[in-house]
Amino acid sequence: MLVPGLVIALIFSYGPMVGLVIAFQNFIPVKGIFHSQWVGLEHFKYIYHLSETREVLWNTVFIALMKIVGGLFAPLITALLLNEIRIKYFKRSVQTIVYMPHFLSWVIMAGILLDVLSPTSGIVNQFLSWLGFDKVFFLGNDKWFPYVLAGTDVLKEFGFGTIVYLAAITAVNPSLYEAAVLDGANRWKQTLNVTIPAIIPITILLTTLALGNVLNAGFDQVFNLYSPSVYSTGDILDTYVYRIGLAGAQYGVATAVGLFKSVISLILISLSYLAAYRFANYRIF
Amino acid sequence: MIQPYSWSRKLFVGFNYTLLAVLSLICLLPLLNVFSVSLSSAAAIEAGKVTLWPVDFTTKAYEFVMRKNEFLVSMGISAKRVALGVSINMLLTMLTAYPLSKEAANLKFRTGYAWFFVFTMLFSGGLIPSYMVVRNLHMLDSIWALVLPGALPVFNVILMLNFFRGLPKELSESAFIDGAGHWQTLWRIIVPLSLPSIATVTLFAIVMHWNEWFYGLIYMNDPIHYPLASYLQTIVVRMDMSSISDPSMILLLSKLNDRSVRAAQIFLGMVPVLCVYPFLQRYFMSGMTLGSVKE
Repeated sequence: MLVPGLVIALIFSYGPMVGLVIAFQNFIPVKGIFHSQWVGLEHFKYIYHLSETREVLWNTVFIALMKIVGGLFAPLITALLLNEIRIKYFKRSVQTIVYMPHFLSWVIMAGILLDVLSPTSGIVNQFLSWLGFDKVFFLGNDKWFPYVLAGTDVLKEFGFGTIVYLAAITAVNPSLYEAAVLDGANRWKQTLNVTIPAIIPITILLTTLALGNVLNAGFDQVFNLYSPSVYSTGDILDTYVYRIGLAGAQYGVATAVGLFKSVISLILISLSYLAAYRFANYRIF
Repeated sequence: MIQPYSWSRKLFVGFNYTLLAVLSLICLLPLLNVFSVSLSSAAAIEAGKVTLWPVDFTTKAYEFVMRKNEFLVSMGISAKRVALGVSINMLLTMLTAYPLSKEAANLKFRTGYAWFFVFTMLFSGGLIPSYMVVRNLHMLDSIWALVLPGALPVFNVILMLNFFRGLPKELSESAFIDGAGHWQTLWRIIVPLSLPSIATVTLFAIVMHWNEWFYGLIYMNDPIHYPLASYLQTIVVRMDMSSISDPSMILLLSKLNDRSVRAAQIFLGMVPVLCVYPFLQRYFMSGMTLGSVKE
């Protein structure tokens, strides 16, 4: 029964790993892998001396870290607030609404954001000028762009996280609350001393797992939202590989950047899984 | 345990309801705005009168989109992709999860196989080598390039195998005593018992295939083979309207605001997901916490 799965994984996951050798070649498509010239670490040296590299690496880490911090607090706080809601249909509606954006693709989200954030006709800027602020070209201003990325990513994903945390809160043993009430704790004290300690394990787990992805700052999002005017602060490793690799036809260099990223990611993800295992007893299977 | 509410408690409750309502509105209003734009007349849009309610209600933009050949063709490709892709995903997921859910004594090298799959989640060859594999298999411009590279979603396999493992072992043991083989045990005992988790994973697969746009973009040379998500990427995000050549369509377009045309396409592109996702809510809490913290 395992055979079909093994074959698919061999061809489409392990196959490309063999293809990584072109990171060490001056790859020319018509010559193929076997006849292209070997250049050793030439591409890596080239990348190392490229001024863009440091910028792209910094953007990637900076954007990813902002998203991790936002993605930690926003759902946690929302879940705690939702837990205080007693009207059932209100609670359920809020849950359903806030987690809807998670299921929309970044293409759809980008389509919506391009419209609502537009400097000329977007509803956000209409609102800002109604309040007396200047119009902001959110997606075309390289100072704003990283924050817009982090903000919209948190907006898209916080509802999803909220539901995970809510599930963890629901699983807390009710007798703990009863005991707290007997000791004279009010709702705030109950939250502080019962709810929060109870969900710390899942918080640590999700954060350690997220830290492993610090080099994945979100290809889908950046690719659909950015434009040449924000490359300086918005270009991340994955979009950079796409630009120099497929669009710029520098296959060897792009693969070298990709390989660098994959190796560092493998190390980071392994470390984060190890940490998750240590601190939260997490096992994948 | 009803306690009398203190004034600070009342203040908090009021604040809490307001804040959560505002949060929901922030998620909802952009959609509403785009939806209104899609249903408003060109004049009203240009005058900046449209905010959250359609002005001069018209369905012209939708009529235009529904007559556009490229849109319909790509929607057909997406439908085909979802049907084919999800069936293959589910079949492979179950076939792979079942043996891996067995004890090491029943399957030699079980841990080895499991790591063989998990490793593909941790490390990948990256964009260009993947592209070369698909090209060398002569799958460019065919639906198989959209379906086969992602045919085995390892994350879903892990969810499934954790669920399979939670089922009582006595069930499959007694099936064996009654003479059932592995194949029969899987389809007649395990699968019927796993419907909730199968439903979750199926919905994940549907949403994934419907939304996925990047493979379509790189593996299809000719835009006529784009699935809807990739088509929308070129039309809505890159705003490339140059593909329209039919003169009668150009005339029709000139009477419309291209914002409303884009908005209509965005909306049509998310309708299937909007129909599917509320069903996920019920299942997915248990699905996500599966395989996290174990005793």
